Amino acid sequence: MTRLELRNMRKNFGALEVLAGISLHVEEGEFVSILGPSGAGKSTLFQLLTGAIRGEGEMRFDGAPLDGARFAFMPQRDALMPWRRVIDNATLGLEVQGMKRRAARERVAPLFAEFGLAGFERAWPAELSGGMRQRAALLRTVVQQRDMLLLDEPFGALDALTRAAMQRWLETMWRNHRWTALLITHDVREAVLLSDRIYVLSARPARVVREVAVPLPRPRTESTAFARKAAAIEAGILDILLGAAEPISRPSDGENR
Amino acid sequence: MLPAPSRVLAKAWENRAALADNTLPTIRATLAGFACSLVAAFILSALVDFFAPLRRALFPLLIASQTLPLVAIAPLVVLWFGFGLLPKILLVALVTFFPMMVALVQGYAATAKEISQMLAAMGAGRRRIFWLARLPSALPYFFAGLRISITYAVVGAIFAEYAGAAKGLGIYMLSAKNNFRPDLVLAAVAVSSALTLTLFVLAVLAQRLAVPWENAKSERAGRYGDKPSREGRP
Repeated sequence: MTRLELRNMRKNFGALEVLAGISLHVEEGEFVSILGPSGAGKSTLFQLLTGAIRGEGEMRFDGAPLDGARFAFMPQRDALMPWRRVIDNATLGLEVQGMKRRAARERVAPLFAEFGLAGFERAWPAELSGGMRQRAALLRTVVQQRDMLLLDEPFGALDALTRAAMQRWLETMWRNHRWTALLITHDVREAVLLSDRIYVLSARPARVVREVAVPLPRPRTESTAFARKAAAIEAGILDILLGAAEPISRPSDGENR
Repeated sequence: MLPAPSRVLAKAWENRAALADNTLPTIRATLAGFACSLVAAFILSALVDFFAPLRRALFPLLIASQTLPLVAIAPLVVLWFGFGLLPKILLVALVTFFPMMVALVQGYAATAKEISQMLAAMGAGRRRIFWLARLPSALPYFFAGLRISITYAVVGAIFAEYAGAAKGLGIYMLSAKNNFRPDLVLAAVAVSSALTLTLFVLAVLAQRLAVPWENAKSERAGRYGDKPSREGRP
């Protein structure tokens, strides 16, 4: 079942054309990535989805025009509030939805172990390591129980080793929960490791230059067989990103499958 | 003309009843004035945060208020509002208001953009974002402003009393001076310094209680020797 569908989304900031007609779709329980060079307008796309800005084009969810509260959004960097303890950061979305703080704490507390944060409920974010902060931020995102996750370069600020560990961890978590998720990243390896499908964007003004399926079995542990297949897909994507590949999606195309 | 510290202390002890009697009204004026100033700073800063044009209208007035020479304005305020508590409250508020107001406005503006965006995506409105994010973000700034303000507060009260009061450290200093008793003037000065120091320490303690996460940050930095926080990074 198609959950999110974008048709020919465009956005200009004054004379600056940022999105030149983006069409994509995300199925129920599917992990989709949007991969593109820095400054391509990936975050603009998320701002359109969360309603922070308006653009032209059509956004549909479950077949109906997209209305407000469909997404749980995880911003670049963790955006943990330094003045709230970890558990109160995790409950933030529920509190904004109107849940009482105590009830919200009872809801999130059992999840701390699964997110590798057991024992840190009462810690301040400043006392956590970078990886733990990201896990806390993801916990805050998923407990909102929205229809879909939007992950905006969630591991971009981490060091390489922590990032690799977090990517594997997220892959495991996703296998257990099968969230419908849309990830923005410029890390090719990350996209291939996590995604079912990848939309590759061009430099600004952004359009979809290629839609890449990642038909690799899960769990995607680092076996040699997996690594070889993954490397082939990664190389193909890098060719598209770095080489002068012709865009297959023109603004007028509408959909491309 | 310059009495030895030992003599000042001895005379202060001799006149402790009179000094205490004159210190209490000063404390009352200081605290009442500071409380009013704090409330006003909070309300005005919040208004300015919600209605940006107000900032441009209000700030020139506030800055102008800081250029008023206390020596000239204090007698006028006493003339207008009498010898009671009100003129003291007004003068203390006048000298302590500005640093807190500026600190709060600056602090609201320092709210991390990702946090505001995330709250908006969660469905929080402007007022919600103010309480959940902008106000807590401003707290460390606010306390920096408060520590500056509080050192002006006692001086403001003393100025007001100097211009006219029934009792208070200011009027005590004035009459001691008129009686050619520099030792008693200095004794009152020592009391007012002690008052300011006490208030400052109280402000620091209040900050510890109200902003506990800042302590956690610096403790971690101390323990692990790493960067205190990633918040400031571009």
